[in-house]
Amino acid sequence: MAVTIDDVRHVAALARLGLTDERAAALVQEMNTILGHMDALSAVDTAGVDAVAGVGAGGLPVRADSGPPIPLARSLDAFAPSVRDGFILVPRLSTHDTAEES
Amino acid sequence: MSSVSSTVADLRGNTHRGTVGALDTVDSALDRAKAVDAGRDGLNIFVALDQGHVRTDADACDAFRSHAEPAPLLGVPVAIKDNLATLRDPTTCGSRILAGYVSPYEATVIRRLREAGAVPFGKTNMDEFAMGSSTEHSAYGPTRNPVAPDRVPGGSSGGSAAAVAAGIVPVALGSETGGSVRQPAAFCGIVGVKPTYGRVSRFGLVAFASSLDQVGVFGASVDDAARTMEVISGRDPLDSTTADVPVAAYSGAGGRSIRGLVVGRPTEYFPDSLDPRIRARCDAALEKLREQGAEIRDVSLPHTELAIPVYYIVAPAEASSNLARFDGVRYGLRVQGQDLRGMYEATRSRGFGDEVIRRIMIGTYVLSAGYYDAYYRKAQQVRNLIAADFASVFAGGVDVLFTPTTPTPAFAIGAISDPYEMYLSDIFTVTANLAGVPAMSQPIGRVDGLPVGGQFIAPHFGEATMFAFAYALERALGQEAHT
Repeated sequence: MAVTIDDVRHVAALARLGLTDERAAALVQEMNTILGHMDALSAVDTAGVDAVAGVGAGGLPVRADSGPPIPLARSLDAFAPSVRDGFILVPRLSTHDTAEES
Repeated sequence: MSSVSSTVADLRGNTHRGTVGALDTVDSALDRAKAVDAGRDGLNIFVALDQGHVRTDADACDAFRSHAEPAPLLGVPVAIKDNLATLRDPTTCGSRILAGYVSPYEATVIRRLREAGAVPFGKTNMDEFAMGSSTEHSAYGPTRNPVAPDRVPGGSSGGSAAAVAAGIVPVALGSETGGSVRQPAAFCGIVGVKPTYGRVSRFGLVAFASSLDQVGVFGASVDDAARTMEVISGRDPLDSTTADVPVAAYSGAGGRSIRGLVVGRPTEYFPDSLDPRIRARCDAALEKLREQGAEIRDVSLPHTELAIPVYYIVAPAEASSNLARFDGVRYGLRVQGQDLRGMYEATRSRGFGDEVIRRIMIGTYVLSAGYYDAYYRKAQQVRNLIAADFASVFAGGVDVLFTPTTPTPAFAIGAISDPYEMYLSDIFTVTANLAGVPAMSQPIGRVDGLPVGGQFIAPHFGEATMFAFAYALERALGQEAHT
């Protein structure tokens, strides 16, 4: 399962990473080297072995889908890159280029 | 370079009696940081050390002085790894993408330290987002090992380890995903503890790989580490993965005998390729345990050699998901692009360093359609086999395991450029993270002047027994542990 430059470009797009041609080419070699070592796992007989890892003693506890409030020491505009009227501003989606400015 | 800090017990007692003020203690620590050249152009231990913040927190200790019983960490300065959220100093994870970010909330472990009378003492350098084994992969440049400044301190919590090893503070907090406390503890000649998965709250610890991450403790001595671990352990409503299991008095384990207890010596951790000088140090340590009445038993953990491939699939897979949040929208760096997607890609490629990008790429690949079963699912299955190895050995009557912490002493800065070769330095530590069991490293001697670490591994929530062995070995080795 050798990684190709097309694979690297596809994975970078999934991961929202912009790569230069030089970096993408280097990653082809790096990923193939690293993943080559992972091939040792393919020889292990895992028939009947659970794929869910329960690393804690007795597994993780189930809880209600809620939690205690987390008080914030400073407001959103103290740490968000761009805020207006309590909302975070982001660039326009390219698919909305023709939409009118609100 | 030996530590000049007082012990946690001494600082606590002296601060309570008023013979030393918390302000005097932190001023001494600040002076020590200068004396050892801990700054950016020297050992490069701290990424933030604001004298005003530290002294303000020390002043707050006065409120504890009137208590009849001294708070457990009264007046103790504690260095903090830069991936734990603090309210005053920035939390950057050693990354450009979080440069200048100050968290709006505080990690539970930091709150518990302050409530125990401790003084948070700066933020320490680390491999970016805890991805590394040398503290060379930091946006702030590499940290140097105080014992041998041409060597790495280990990683990823190298700054915290160096702060303790340089005698600036008696204890520090780090984090573990695959050995990031124990490996630097071994390289720097100090004690490093990774607790059971679920023992310590991770609320406010920036997530790397959520099924592996744990907050850990560095100490100049076993007792320093035990006292700090007692304070930060326990259930936290803000972290649903914490277990509702009582916290034992770890510092009380020093009085426990190890006579009649069984130490497992896993043969896979003593391969023929192991540096014979490290093997000799481990054998000498085991002999000390035998002299105190412990039984040494050879055991096998047959899937050990698969731990690195498993770890470097599972951890990057989880990281690729956890680090998706750093996209320039809500906090940290934002690099403008032509549109929203362009902003994501520009921000992440500019903000992350090479090792983080490499792991995100690996993680995204092994989770992607067509490869999930071959890599991620397979790795999770083998992970269960590794955990079953530990369960089997402990069910067979072994109380703790003893192994070398690392296959080599600290290597030179810049000596390892191949990523996979760097990953192999975690070969004896990642297994405990994969199985969720507690483990700790402590100094057991030196090779060519460089510290060697010995590792205890215990069953889930077996920290008290693990500390009993650590105290016993520390007592038995005495100064041999540092020579």
